[in-house]
Order: sequence, then structure tokens, then C-alpha cells
Amino acid sequence: MKYYDKLIFDLSKEGRRGYSLPETGLTNHKMKEEVPSTLLRGSAPSLPQVSEVDVVRHYTNLSQMNFGVDTGFYPLGSCTMKYNPKINEEIASMPGFQEIHPLQPESTIQGIYSIYSEMEKMLSAITGMKYFTLNPCAGAHGELTGLMIMRSYHRNRGDFARTKVIVPDSAHGTNPASAAVCGLDVVVVKSNAEGLVDVDDLKPLLGPDLAGIMMTNPNTLGLFERDIKEIASLVHKAGGLLYYDGANMNPLMGVVRPGDMGFDIMHLNLHKTFSTPHGGGGPGSGPVGVAEFLKDCLPYPHVEEGEESNLLYAKGETPECAGMVSGHMGNFGIILRACAYILSIGRQHIGEVGYMATLNANYVKESLRDVYKLPIPSVCKHEFVFDGLINDGAREGKEGATTLDVAKRLLDFGFHAPTIYFPLLFHQALMIEPTETESKETLDAFIEVMHTIAAEAAEDSDILHAAPHNAPIGRPDDTTAAKHPIINYRDLKAEA
Amino acid sequence: MNQHIPHTKEDIQQMLDKIGMKSLQELYSDVPADFLYKGEFDLPNAKSEEEIRRFFKQMASQNTRLTPFVGQGWYDHYTPSSIVALTSRSEFLTAYTPYQPEISQGTLRYIFEYQSMICELTGLEVSNASMYDGPTAAAEAARMAITSARKKDTILISSTLLPQVKEVVKTYARYAGTSIVEIAEEEGETSLASLKEALSTHAVAGAIVPTTNCYGIIENHSGFADAVHAVKALLIEYCDPSTLAVLKTPAEWGADIAVGDGQSLGIPLCFGGPTLGFMACSKEHLRKLPGRIVGATTDKEGKRCFVLTLQAREQHIRRDKATSNICSNESLMALWVTIYLSIMGPEGMKEVNEKSYAGAHYLYDELLHTGKFEKAYDKPFLKEFVLRPSKDIDIASLRKKLEEAGIFAAREVRKELVTFCVTEKRSKEEIDNLINIIKEA
Amino acid sequence: MATVKEGYKYAETHEWVKVEGEIALIGISDFAQHELGDVVYVDFPEVDDEIAKGEEFGAVESTKAASDLIAPVSGTVIEVNSALDDAPELINQAPFDNWMIKVQLSDASELDDLMDAEAYKAFCGE
Repeated sequence: MKYYDKLIFDLSKEGRRGYSLPETGLTNHKMKEEVPSTLLRGSAPSLPQVSEVDVVRHYTNLSQMNFGVDTGFYPLGSCTMKYNPKINEEIASMPGFQEIHPLQPESTIQGIYSIYSEMEKMLSAITGMKYFTLNPCAGAHGELTGLMIMRSYHRNRGDFARTKVIVPDSAHGTNPASAAVCGLDVVVVKSNAEGLVDVDDLKPLLGPDLAGIMMTNPNTLGLFERDIKEIASLVHKAGGLLYYDGANMNPLMGVVRPGDMGFDIMHLNLHKTFSTPHGGGGPGSGPVGVAEFLKDCLPYPHVEEGEESNLLYAKGETPECAGMVSGHMGNFGIILRACAYILSIGRQHIGEVGYMATLNANYVKESLRDVYKLPIPSVCKHEFVFDGLINDGAREGKEGATTLDVAKRLLDFGFHAPTIYFPLLFHQALMIEPTETESKETLDAFIEVMHTIAAEAAEDSDILHAAPHNAPIGRPDDTTAAKHPIINYRDLKAEA
Repeated sequence: MNQHIPHTKEDIQQMLDKIGMKSLQELYSDVPADFLYKGEFDLPNAKSEEEIRRFFKQMASQNTRLTPFVGQGWYDHYTPSSIVALTSRSEFLTAYTPYQPEISQGTLRYIFEYQSMICELTGLEVSNASMYDGPTAAAEAARMAITSARKKDTILISSTLLPQVKEVVKTYARYAGTSIVEIAEEEGETSLASLKEALSTHAVAGAIVPTTNCYGIIENHSGFADAVHAVKALLIEYCDPSTLAVLKTPAEWGADIAVGDGQSLGIPLCFGGPTLGFMACSKEHLRKLPGRIVGATTDKEGKRCFVLTLQAREQHIRRDKATSNICSNESLMALWVTIYLSIMGPEGMKEVNEKSYAGAHYLYDELLHTGKFEKAYDKPFLKEFVLRPSKDIDIASLRKKLEEAGIFAAREVRKELVTFCVTEKRSKEEIDNLINIIKEA
Repeated sequence: MATVKEGYKYAETHEWVKVEGEIALIGISDFAQHELGDVVYVDFPEVDDEIAKGEEFGAVESTKAASDLIAPVSGTVIEVNSALDDAPELINQAPFDNWMIKVQLSDASELDDLMDAEAYKAFCGE
């Protein structure tokens, strides 16, 4: 990767242009003459004035400072950075999907509705849920939608006292945030020494004010919550519902179904488990599945089979439903890609996903535990957590290498860093998720580099402190960025 | 093994040996046996690439693409081909959130450019890195107003907002315990008198009003900011960002927050998603702004670089006290919009709006000439407008006739009002064709 | 080791109080700034806001953490230290010299519930 220091604004030159528009021959009406000037802006926006080749070179240069799954191994824990098959992109770009206005009459979009309907059935088969809404645009959006469904269920029964939701201390930060946005009070349940939800700590939290519990299984430590049956029965007995955070669904693909564990509501991340590209942070898709008794609580619109005609239609608002969570029916372009992925896996290969994801994680874990601290040594699922180096090189007058240092040093060797400082249970958390699409050769190369880094740390931790050494930039100054925010080009110019 | 899984039998054996296990089943020995799924999954057979292609072609053929003369939040603007080429680059497409800035300067730089362009369009000083879509951005803005105001519980929404915006705002508000009160309309736009009345009778934290509304009318918001600020509430403008290149900006109207849907900036219709929601605000509200923000800084050697900043507002640090639960942005779509605005530039954006304006007004005049429609409002509009069908026209059968001719137009927005929209992509021939079908109907 | 200064009263949530007549200055301890790391922003209440003992009145943010500020005493905010807007690093450099808010005490007896330097030192050492 090479450093490139331009912003598109830097390339701008008055009078240059990169667009072409057709002549319509319609010139009778002119905005400037007809629209009162009080409704028009004072001066044109300072957008860049550049040619097409300027734009193409600029963004090509920018792309070369970026690392993606197509660049190399991306063992980011909890993010499931699996390979994104190219056929998915081809499907999503078909004009028969791209050019359709969302409000077109039902009879003209039966193909699209079929895909919604088909996806709902396939996701239900995989998860053991009964119905899905595909309208949420991301995992966090799915969580919020799922909690809205939970609250709608209690509300529909006239039970307004249930405003508390239990979240394990190891949960993704998004869980408590989603609960708060949904107007619920968050109560934390502790993990026990093994890293699992402490059932004894849970019991006193259950009562008539309980809306439900949010769990991910395997949890963020990569461990299967084996007491889930008891937890489900306790929570259900107290009148609460179980929410499954599908961020960690990958190891269960084709092996275990959340619906069978007693979960009532769940979300999936199509951009994790179902191979759609992350796009630098989105767009994603976060479908929410529910058990049969929650069907009426699904948000609208929802594709259903017509009673009289055999046409599919989008069901609208009802008094029982959770409401409308996005502008129409979510990120259709992402749903298409995930649909193509599931078809390529099919019933024959679905189990390989879970098994190979788990095999890969355990293989990396066992190959590195001689040099990295492994606080929880039991069999993991798709990911696991180290708690820093065994020998961090700390000695008189020299600080030891931290997890941050290890992460930065990995960049020098052409790997993306794992997730760091999460979960919060360990001070030097280093969370690794290899996914099933990586070969043994790739994992071996990673393992070798992780050993090299451990040896470097023991020898002279300064090499790690100063890393990365060959990325386009060194470690940025986050403190100044947050103290004196410069967040647009005008401010940047004013500063210079 | 499936083609996306590279393990050979030999690999699996060696790996099992390394971890000291005899079989793959042992990997799930911690899972209670009754949870291990024993049946066959009710999924289709695995398909080859060619079969997948065929399947989706078949699905696509069950759709009929209609030429859109309807907007209502989704606008058929031209997409420069360089966008498709550049956003397909896998360094952008297959990257995660830029958590490692040293190898994510591509993503961070284009988000910084995106934020700068949103600031230019809205006239406001601060923009986040984008959100899911316009309606959810409006719901987030409502929440931001409630948080900023502390002890106030009401958000006003104009009755002239697009229906999907109103519905999503109401949904989010319902669970957060926020009251939503609708501001009435007068002659097709938000009524200042009704706004003032609502401000004086409720504990208002913010008011959401559309710059161009569900009838396509360019609203006059003179006096809105003063009225809203008099009770220390926030003015939130919901806008179509494409039109902001020519229309009075949210900042010029005195707004504190601007939100809207980025789809009109060259993003294909694609059945409504993915698109992006944008959100901008004035500097004093920066620390309350939800979502990701990219800032400029330097590295140790003084090289200019960019990072995710102000992260203490975000859910991974603040958990249940975060400004929002959002922990992503529609990054690739932000890149899409950034390239679009670079290609178009100020001149291109002006031309898009002028051409849309000319086309829409030509259609408006001609439809009135047919005698089959009457004026609904006498207010300025840009690319979208509503008309009232005259009594002797059967609008349902007209719509069917248009549909048979491959045209999507005259959608009912409210009882007895139908909507039309013309963008720069509609040729005179297409518009004349629509007019002729209506004449003959 | 974090320093603890004599003449200040301390809360278990690591705020300190310095009393000047009926006015209390409130800041955070050296221990707290150390835990937070580089402070980048202080979210103040507004002048004339009422604060109540045990309830949050603002927040302090670093690049890696955010922490609520909990009122060690009740009263009315009469001034906020706006110098910290431009130079939040003062909290790190001299936590005991840089108060965050000035409060008109409403119940001076609440001061008795706070720890003195010696007790706080023992509390941090735990």
C-alpha cells in the first residue's frame, strides 16, 4: 500500500466537469424565473469540479490504501469476515431488480416478492424460527426491531409492566444500546468463572417486570451457553421472551437452530453469516425471525400469500404490529446477494459452514496457546479470546507489548488485526474469528506470523510499540482528533 | 465440500490431530445432544453458478420494469458509470468498518469527503458518516432532539412529510415514550399557525418539516426557526439532497438538523434499498450527533490522516447511554454518493434540477390541457407535483392502462390527489407518450 | 501511584469537592483521570441547573472511555469551567487545580458523607 495524500476537493478546477446529460429540448420553464428567490439558495455548493479521469484515478488511489477480504485474511472476531462470492454481485446488479421503483403495483413485482417469500422460508428452515421480516437494514437495526416485537407482544396482551431486559456482561455493546433506544431498562447478568451466564445470578432478576433476555449463543467468548435450556425455561416461566443476537450464528449453521434452543425472537446479519460484503461498514441487512405466536407483531410491510388470488402482496399496518422500521422493505440489494449464497450452499452443504468455522477457530486457538494467554481453554465455537501475550517483553525500563501493539504489528505482515479490547471481561482481549472460507495454508501462515510477533515481543517490545512499520501511515493521533474535531474540508482548509 | 470451503479430507484430519480430537462431532461436545439438528434442512438443493444465474433471471423476468413517473421518496436520476466501476473495487467492497485506520485510509478519506459534501449541500457545519435511510435518519433526529432538550417529550411532525417518514418516526417514538403531534397543513404546505399553536401547547423538543413535501411543493419556512427556537426546541428539515443544490438550504432556513435520503444522488431504485440516510447539524450539537464521524488528524510523522472520532458517544463505549444504537453506516453508499457529487459538480447538480424542473412543468401544463386533471395547489414545485383528477376520469383504469404501456404514474397520495414526477432521465418522447395515453383514456 | 490531595473531600465515584464557604468546587481525582486516559471533552451541565447528590450531572470523555460525573453533593450550578472546553488536557495535567463546576450548596451536611484524603487513599488502594 502506498500513501496518497489528496482529497477530491484538492483536484478541483473551476470550469472542469465529468458529467454529461441528455438534451431534452424542454426549455419553456426556467426555475430561476419562476420560483421565488426566497426559496432558492444564495450560492452554489462548493462541490469539486473534476473530470471523470480525475475521479477514477483518485478513488482508485484511495482504494489502494484499503484492506478487504479480497486483499487478505481478516480474522476480526464477532464480524465473520468470510469470503464474498462474486456471483452474488452479478445477481444484485441485474437490471430486472435494480430498475424497479419500490411503489410499483404488486402485479409488476411478483418476482421480487417471491424472493422475499423464499428468503423468509429458507431463513426459517436454517434457524428454526417461523417467520421473518427482512426490513431491518443492519444487525443493530434488527436488534431494535426484535425488541419492538417483544414490547408489542407484551403490549398486545395488555401487560405494560414489562420494561426490563436482561443482558449478559459479555454482550455486544449494541445490545444494551438497542434496549435503551427501545425504552427498556437494562439489567446486567454476570458471567461465571467459565465465561457462561451465571444462572444463580440470573434467578433473582426474573419477575413480573421482565420483558425478556438478550443472549448470543455461542457467546462473545465463543463458548456455547450449555445451560440455555434451563435459562429459557426460567425466563419463559417468568413471562419473559428470549432474544437471540445472531451475530454469532456462523458456527451453528447447519448444526444447531436457535429456535430449537427456546429463542422466540432473533436477528441475523446477512453481511456476516450469509456472505454479503461489508462495504466498509454497510449496507448490511438484519432480518428478524420470530416464533409462530409472534407473527402478528412483525413490522410492516410484510410479503404474504394472497387469500383469493395467487398473487403475493405486502401486508400493511395492523393494530398488533410493531410498526414500520425502515423506508420500505429494507436493503433488497443485500437480500438478493444472501439469497444467492444460500442457494449455492443448499441443503447438502449447510452443515459444512458451521463445522469448518468451528474447526478453523479451534485449530488456530490450539496452535497459539503456547505464546498467548488463553483464559478459557475449553473447546470454542467460531471464535475465541486471548488475553494478551504470555511473555510481553516487559522489563526494567521497558513496557511490555500490549494487544494493541500485536494488532498493529500484524498489519506489517499483511493480515488484518483481530478484534481488540472486546469482550470487556479481559484487559488485553484479542478476539480471533477465522471463518470457514480460509484454508489450512492461510491459517498456518497466520499462526507462523503470530509466533514471530510473540518472539519479537519477548526479544524487544519496541518493534511492536512502533508498529505498523510499512502501512501507508503510522498510528494516528486520536486524542487531537477528538479534542479539536476537524470533520469537513472547509475546517481542514481553515486549519491549514 | 462446497466450493466456498477449501478444506480437503487431509486438511481436516491434520487439524483434528492438532487439536486432539477424533471427529468433527467432538467440536460440538459442549452442546447438549438434543440441540444438534438431526433432520434434513428444508432448503433447496445446492445450485451451481449457472443455475443460480438462471434462477434469478427467471425471478427478474417475473417483474415488469415500469418507466417511473412517480417519486415519493425514490427518484430515478441518472447514475454515472464510473460509480459502478469504482464502488465495485473489492478494496472498498470487502472491507469492514475502518477500525484499523493504518490500512483503512481509503474508506476514511471518502467518508470525510462525503461529510464535507453533505455540509456543502445542507449548509450545516457537521455531518455524520451516514445512516440506514432517510426515514430512520429522521427518527434518529427526533431522538437527538429529545436527548438535547432533556425534560421534554414531544416531537412535532408536519402532515406534509412523506408517509414512510412519518410512520418510521412514529414507530421509533412509540417505544421511546416520545409523543408525536402532527402539524396541520394549509394550501399544501406546513402551516406556520398550526406549528405555533402546537409549540405553545406541548413540551416540544423538536419539529420535523419537509423542504420539499409529499406533494412536491417547495415549502416556505419563513418564521419557522424563530418560532421553534423561541421555546428552545430544534428545527429539523427533511430534505431531498439532490434539490438542495438549488433550493434554500436547511442552514438558510435556520435549521439545527437536516436529514433525508441520499437515494436521489444517483443511487439506483433497487426496490428501495440499499440507499443511505444523511444527517447534518450545526456545530453546537456535534457531541449529540448519533452515528459514526470521521475526523482529520496526523500520524506520528505529521502525515495527514483520518480516523473515526468522537467515539465516546457510541454504543461500544457508552452501551445503554449511547446517543443511538447505530454502529455502522451505509459506507459503500456514502462512497456512491461522494463519487456522484464529484462527477456532477455544482454545474451538473444545477443542470439535473433545471432539467427535472423543465420536464415536470411541461408535463404539468400538458396534463392540465387534457382537461382530465385540475390544479390541486398553486405553489412552486420542482420535479414532483400532485393533481386532482376531474370527475369524469376513472383513475384506476387509467393507471392500469399506463401500466400496460409500461408506465408508472398517477399514484394516489391522498384521497383524490395523484402524484407525478419527472427527472432529467425522462425524455420528451417518454413524457409525450404519457400525455397521449392520458388524452386517449 | 495516583496522588490524593489533603483538604479535599472525595466520593466513591472519584469526584472531589473543595468547599469555599457555601460554595463547592467539584472536579475529578488523579486516580480518575489516570483510569480515563487523555481527556478530550467534558460535558457540563448548564448554569442554574439543580444537581442532586448521587445523580449524574455531566460526563467526561477520553478517546477510549466515557464516564458519567456523579454529583457528590446537591446544589445549584453557579459556574462551569469553560477553560476546559479548549484545554480538556488540564484535567490530566492538574486534576486538583482544575475544577469542573461551582455549586451553591443546598445541604452542607452532605459533606459529612464524603471521604477525607486518608479514607480515599485507602479506598483507592483496595
